Amino acid sequence: MKCFQTRAMKNFIRHAGAVRRSFVVVFFLLYPLTVFAHKRGGEAIGFASGFLHPISGLDHILAMVAVGMWGAQLGAPAMWVLPVVFPMVMALGGMMGLIGIKLPGIELCIALSALALGFAVCREARPKLWVAAIIVGVFAIAHGHAHGTELPLGASGVLYSIGFVIATGLLHALGITIGLIHRWPAGRIALRVAGAVVAMGGVFFLWKAISGEAA
Amino acid sequence: MRMRQLRLILFWLTLAITLIAAPSAHAHLMNTGFGPFSDGLTHLFVTPEDLLPVIALALMAGLRGPRFGRAVLFALPVAWLAGSTAGLLLASPVALPVTETIVTIALGVLLATDRPLPRAAVVCLAILLGLFHGILNGSELPKQSLSSQISAAGVGAALFVAVSLLAGQAASIRVLWVRVAVRVAGSWIVAIGLLMLGWAMRIPG
Repeated sequence: MKCFQTRAMKNFIRHAGAVRRSFVVVFFLLYPLTVFAHKRGGEAIGFASGFLHPISGLDHILAMVAVGMWGAQLGAPAMWVLPVVFPMVMALGGMMGLIGIKLPGIELCIALSALALGFAVCREARPKLWVAAIIVGVFAIAHGHAHGTELPLGASGVLYSIGFVIATGLLHALGITIGLIHRWPAGRIALRVAGAVVAMGGVFFLWKAISGEAA
Repeated sequence: MRMRQLRLILFWLTLAITLIAAPSAHAHLMNTGFGPFSDGLTHLFVTPEDLLPVIALALMAGLRGPRFGRAVLFALPVAWLAGSTAGLLLASPVALPVTETIVTIALGVLLATDRPLPRAAVVCLAILLGLFHGILNGSELPKQSLSSQISAAGVGAALFVAVSLLAGQAASIRVLWVRVAVRVAGSWIVAIGLLMLGWAMRIPG
């Protein structure tokens, strides 16, 4: 394992220039679109606005990053099954929101998602794969539904949807990348601390959701 | 080997985001200024509704192996051209956004699940996809015009290039996690398709 890590790190350093160049190219290709990120007359106007939507709320960001971290902590096949399940089920929830199907307690479920996923990472919970997939799936429905009902009307939501899904997937990838520190003893502790931070964020959002509903 | 795969992924990621980030266009609106062939050539890469199922099918065929990729490489453009020719005969433009989206979702599911389909089934899927999208494209082109047929040929050429590159890359995958990444791309296509379906079925107000 140590040998593999060393070789992988050497390879990464050797090719870091290519990686950087690719990111620079991607940045400059996407950059001109960001000027159109605002919603124009209530319409969904494209990739940039869709891409920015999932990263506009901290509750969503925490939950999606936590899914990746938990997946990385659980290891294969959960590491890729959970991030595969989440976007698909979230999009299903988004579709339900878009076509007007009402679901109760969405805000509570979203707040609970950060709490539960953060707690799972903090406790290094290791349920069976199907149980983890169901937990993630239920939260994904809630997040997707909230996004779906918030989405503005537009003639075509294709580019918006593409941006939305890519941003969600990249948040999971970020979570997986962070979760890879699990391989080292110190990283394992750091990851559990990160899970605790996510869970605390969940408590805050849960308190906000409950006080909001009570008011 | 591992870094070669990483570089290839970064290349395709860059290309995909470039294409996806491009503004949406339709066959009758696309005007590159370089003539109808270039208009058709560009059409595929700036129309996500057409491009997404093609990506899913090409990657799926590539994952199954070079023989599958080669079969789709010829079946899809030929079927698309035949469909475009048939679409040109239609009196008015045809738009089937829900069916189009369901086809995209189905192909995304097949890619994400990496099901071992027989080659005949993959070729049938390529022919059906080509005919369906070809008819939709062809029906939107100006009738009884040589430039429409040249434009359709441009779309066919773009398909040939797209399928050869995507299926070729997928067929050359030897590392497990890269294969998983391609399957994740399939799940993203499904997610995009589901959201598109929501948009298509959304009732304004």
